[in-house]
Amino acid sequence: MWGWLLGRAGQMVPTLLILSVLIFGLQQLMPGDPALILAGEERGNPEVLAQIRAELKLDRPIWEQYLAWLGNVLVGDFGFSWRIRLPVSELILQKLPVTAQLAAMSFIIAVVIGVPLGIVSAVKRDTPADWAANAVALFGISTPNFWLGIMLILLFSVHLGWLPPSGYVPLWEDPLESLATTIMPAFVLGTGVASVLMRHTRAAMLSALSQDYVRTARAKGLTERVVVWKHALRNALVPVVTLGTIEFGRLLAGAVLTEQIFTIPGFGKLVVDAVFNRDYPVVQGVVLATALIFVALSLLADILYMLINPRLRRA
Amino acid sequence: MIRIATTAWLGLAALAPLAAQAQSQPPSLPNLRIALREDPDILDPTLSRTYVGRIVYMGVCDKLFDINERLEAVPQLATGYSWDDPVTLTIRLREGVRFHDGEMMDAEAVRYSLNRHLTMQGSFRRGEMGNITAIEVVDPLTVRLRLGAPNASLIATLTDRAGMIVSPKAAEAAGRNFGTRPICAGPFRFTERVAQDRIVLDRFPQYWDAARIHFNRVTYLSIPDNNVRLANIQSGAAELGERMEPDDLRAIQRNRNLRGVAVDELGWQSIQFNVNNGPRSEGLLRDPRVRRAFELAIDRAAINQVVYEGMFTPTRQPIPPASGFHLANFAPPARDVTRARALLREAGITAPLPLEFTIPNNPDLRQVGEVVQSMAREAGFDITLRAMEFASSLQAAQRGDFQLYLVGWSGRTDPDGNIHAFMHSRGGQNDGKYSNPEVDRLLDAARLESDVAKRRDLYRQALEIAVAQDAGRLFVWHRKNIMIHSTRLQGYRPIADGMIRLQDMRLN
Repeated sequence: MWGWLLGRAGQMVPTLLILSVLIFGLQQLMPGDPALILAGEERGNPEVLAQIRAELKLDRPIWEQYLAWLGNVLVGDFGFSWRIRLPVSELILQKLPVTAQLAAMSFIIAVVIGVPLGIVSAVKRDTPADWAANAVALFGISTPNFWLGIMLILLFSVHLGWLPPSGYVPLWEDPLESLATTIMPAFVLGTGVASVLMRHTRAAMLSALSQDYVRTARAKGLTERVVVWKHALRNALVPVVTLGTIEFGRLLAGAVLTEQIFTIPGFGKLVVDAVFNRDYPVVQGVVLATALIFVALSLLADILYMLINPRLRRA
Repeated sequence: MIRIATTAWLGLAALAPLAAQAQSQPPSLPNLRIALREDPDILDPTLSRTYVGRIVYMGVCDKLFDINERLEAVPQLATGYSWDDPVTLTIRLREGVRFHDGEMMDAEAVRYSLNRHLTMQGSFRRGEMGNITAIEVVDPLTVRLRLGAPNASLIATLTDRAGMIVSPKAAEAAGRNFGTRPICAGPFRFTERVAQDRIVLDRFPQYWDAARIHFNRVTYLSIPDNNVRLANIQSGAAELGERMEPDDLRAIQRNRNLRGVAVDELGWQSIQFNVNNGPRSEGLLRDPRVRRAFELAIDRAAINQVVYEGMFTPTRQPIPPASGFHLANFAPPARDVTRARALLREAGITAPLPLEFTIPNNPDLRQVGEVVQSMAREAGFDITLRAMEFASSLQAAQRGDFQLYLVGWSGRTDPDGNIHAFMHSRGGQNDGKYSNPEVDRLLDAARLESDVAKRRDLYRQALEIAVAQDAGRLFVWHRKNIMIHSTRLQGYRPIADGMIRLQDMRLN
């Protein structure tokens, strides 16, 4: 098992290297001159533009820029935001807990809603309970996040005055206020993921419930509750865990629209603003950090499989 | 009994100083939250480039001069100035001004700051400050600037970032990181910044004009989405929102707790022609008759009515209405499709003229494009709209990859800042490469002319040629800076630069 783990960890290195080339290279293909954007209202002055390009080494060959960037990244230096002159690593460390909190809350909401609905829908197949669960899933998948977000703000912030319309308070500063600022965006994100989880849980449960071992369990006289929760669900969880890990990774990458609407200063907002402002170091740093998170989560998913399914451990 | 009475009197006597102290202590001041349209860039007056950053500077960095509603320079850190001759400016400084780190402001600090703007690597103020050749300390409260040539817009320049004075001690210590914790002489000192979230400033008790400051704390919240910015104001999570939309004024009409204020901006919106920049300029746009025909094909007032509910001010000139240099009797011509068609025929065009109209990808600007497209069709123009992301459109314009381009400018107090870079043949933002030697001569002369009436006349002559005769660029309207604030907020002064001056503002 340890050998396998080390092998999997080793695979991350070439993956990240290839990703770094892709990240750097694709960014160069973006239209728009970063010097023009960074010059802001001074963009009409050719001296200013030349000065920016020299300072940010935009006048060097691309391969030279890439190697310089990679060399710095390997020692933990992701560079400085061209726009606000803060270290990119500091920005990432500032934003990651925000997005992590939002992702965790959204994921909890998604699991609490999606998995039980999926189980109920599978067990009570073709009944009103199944139809209701599917309707909820359809709503979650088809409702645009930005619309749902604005509707929630209008209802809970403007009309009822129960929750702040936007902004973020860190959990360690004021837990209650933090919950108030994140519950709406978490709900918006969570319902979307819940719908996906619900559908996959339903499909996995239906497949598990049709297996021979379930028929055997029923034939042995086990209660339906034991059959569903102890036998069918455990096997159905494997694909659901895969999906859940991927969805959690996507949440960690930052839900761009939701963060924009609710002005949550997380990863998504950071990278979108950086793209529009052609703040290359921030884009590169955030995308690389996100890739690292995804790769780590994929490893975590593999480990969780092992824990859930003893057959995989023996293999 | 006597002992009890004595004890009671002594007790009361002991409490008296506390009571007096409580009475003399000022009541605690409220906090103000301002919703910004975007997140500012670095908070270093020498290095910053964004409009929104200037709003935050109103709280943290005072300048040598400020402006009033008529865009005239008024004293702030300086108490006055005089021109000893056309190239020598003497500035008298205010006594008793303290920086946030406790250091006193004097002529040496002013010299340091102005030199920093001129010489620091990466300074974006260098171009604005023209040709200052020397900054001298005459005495602790007087500086003298020597110029290489007369510069009529220098005082106006010193009413903005170029006139902001930083603490030399703090600037030396922080170096290029000064912008992460600016130390200036404004009414509030910098406390905290969370990127893309908020900037927090706390009251500076030793501010030279502290009696006019009535907030304990100001928090600038970065809220790009307009609907959410409005929701924040409506719910009371912010007391003031800047650069709101015309629709929002209608949305708050029945809300007695909110008030909307609209003032003409300093800047303008324009349709730029590619007259002579690269291969895409080849063709009939080089003929001024074609460009004049295009102007006659559109109705600025109607476009303004359809897209902006009539809120903005149609214009034909880049000089804002609030400016003393604004030209009277220089209104846009009425739409005249017949005359437009006649001009096209004179230019030898009989079939619809295909033109591509580049538009930054915003909903309202796309609407403007659609209305223009529809109007111009009647006069014989076949317009294709090309919506582009803003950064890409800037680059495309710079390299001449456009024919028509809808582009705006946030504006400057001095008219030179609104014209020269855009209409002079060597202007840095003249992407259409419009060129007329006489216009160049007039604009250069206006830079050197200090008499207001003569300078206005020079601008009139230049615009008569550049706009009325050559149609080098179509200025279409001045937007309005629309602020929405709680009715609890009193004392907000709407000035054309869109800045939020915190002096004399109160929250009831």
